[in-house]
Amino acid sequence: MDKSFFADKKICILGDRDGIPGPAIAECLNTVGGEILFSSTECFV
Amino acid sequence: MNFPVIKAAGFVLVHAPNIMMEHGTTITMERKNNPDSDYLQKTAQSIRSFEEAVNYAPNQVFIGNLTPEDLQELPRPWHQNPVNKGPQGKYGDIIPENEFYAVMKIADSFQLVELEEEFAARVKTILVSKNIFNDKQLDLLDKSSERDYIEKLVYSGKADGLYENNQLVGCVREAHESDPNLSAHVVFENLVAKASGILALKNLLNKNNLDAAQIDYIIETSEEAIGDMNQRGGGNLAKAIGEIADCSNATGVDMRAFCAGPAHGILTAAALVQSGIFKNVVVMAGGSSAKLGMNSRDHVNKDMPVLEDMVGGYAVLISENDGKNPVIRTDIVGKHKISSGSSPQAVIQAIVVDPLEKNQLKLTDVDVYAPELQNAEITTPAGAGDVPLANYKMIGAMAVKRGEISREELPQFVTQHGVTGFAPTQGHIPSGVPLLGYIRDNILAEKMQRAMIIGKGSLFLGRMTDLFDGISFIIESNSGVLQDSLKGNNEEEFKQEIRNMLADALQELARSMGGGRPSDE
Repeated sequence: MDKSFFADKKICILGDRDGIPGPAIAECLNTVGGEILFSSTECFV
Repeated sequence: MNFPVIKAAGFVLVHAPNIMMEHGTTITMERKNNPDSDYLQKTAQSIRSFEEAVNYAPNQVFIGNLTPEDLQELPRPWHQNPVNKGPQGKYGDIIPENEFYAVMKIADSFQLVELEEEFAARVKTILVSKNIFNDKQLDLLDKSSERDYIEKLVYSGKADGLYENNQLVGCVREAHESDPNLSAHVVFENLVAKASGILALKNLLNKNNLDAAQIDYIIETSEEAIGDMNQRGGGNLAKAIGEIADCSNATGVDMRAFCAGPAHGILTAAALVQSGIFKNVVVMAGGSSAKLGMNSRDHVNKDMPVLEDMVGGYAVLISENDGKNPVIRTDIVGKHKISSGSSPQAVIQAIVVDPLEKNQLKLTDVDVYAPELQNAEITTPAGAGDVPLANYKMIGAMAVKRGEISREELPQFVTQHGVTGFAPTQGHIPSGVPLLGYIRDNILAEKMQRAMIIGKGSLFLGRMTDLFDGISFIIESNSGVLQDSLKGNNEEEFKQEIRNMLADALQELARSMGGGRPSDE
């Protein structure tokens, strides 16, 4: 996927505690633009 | 330095399908929002019998009748390949739900648990034969109630029911008519944690012939908040559990860190013992009713039995160095700092790599890692994957990155330094501690020298921080040499030891000046 896809997008992040947590995804997305409206990490164990 | 030792470990599993149906949050939320759903009907039809739960191989590993290696060799799915080992294990027992209701009644200090007359008499007979509780405690089961009274309490909403084969056999009453923290639901959850904690502590004491009166301090590490509307989470389950388990000389504290609680608790216990403040500290926890059936939607969708029907509990005794039992290396501690970052790589770097590197150890120097040990048969159908395997792969990847092993050796690293997950998804319960009995036995048998316990906690679930947490420590074989004996009776041996240590340090220095890292061989 082209990085420009995220430019000007509004983003909701649902991270997984035993996969990639929300803050880590947010950190990546901050480098390619877009507005993070919500970030959360969930736990299923 | 005299490091504290892991003197004993005890465990318990409670088969709790009716508690799951009445208190598991996934199920209760569905009942509230969509009471006629297919999922609820399917779940009710997918409940395991006690015998099926006992014969489930991962549960047998938890109580010590099988090893993780045995589990790895058994055919899968485990729920279709029962083993025949019985409910009593080396480290703990599996008990049925009706006996557990009786333990909840014994654990109840405020007459909030009501048991129906016939049921109470029946379970009392069973508990008497087990010789776990004293006569005074067992006599509490004589204070039973008529079925009509229990029905009225439950139907009026002032109590939560206790069920056996879909029949109401008792209830847990609210402790206050308007305090939400003392509602029947909250008191029920807290009593489940307390009663399962009592059973774990009893197993620790009874299966290891320990004197309850010798326990100085108890650290309880579950995830329940004990308190009322003015101090939700004020505590204290630790002392409440110690009271029922006859730990007459103990006080204690509740420590909370989500799933990382047990690892934080054990390190604190180690510090208390090593400093000389207390000689014998128990770290323990009962289990969670809320988490029962957490992934049941996916289990029934895949035509599996609902496997999250087990309440877990653990207890471990940390004591002064006896020259024999495995030590907790309080000088090799990993921590996820506030500034560590939340990516899986950053987490493993902080918790696993940094403490080893600081102590000139390689990742391959740890014989076995004990991260969260959830049973993958529970988590994989729900999309959460094999959690312990993911941890082992990440630790192995760090070993590859550091040049300790080649990329091709990664699968071998995972096999050699990891174990197959076997613990129920009870939050804090799978967090490293289920392997303590196995690690202690293997170190004592000289099959293992060093293990690392890794606790991880989802602090963000409380919505007070977005941070993750983790802490680790090393368990190692006991050298058998105590500091006092070096100073006193064996002065020449002590001097020789110092000479050897100096020689080793100088050799390391010479090697490092040669260009390589000091730890490289």
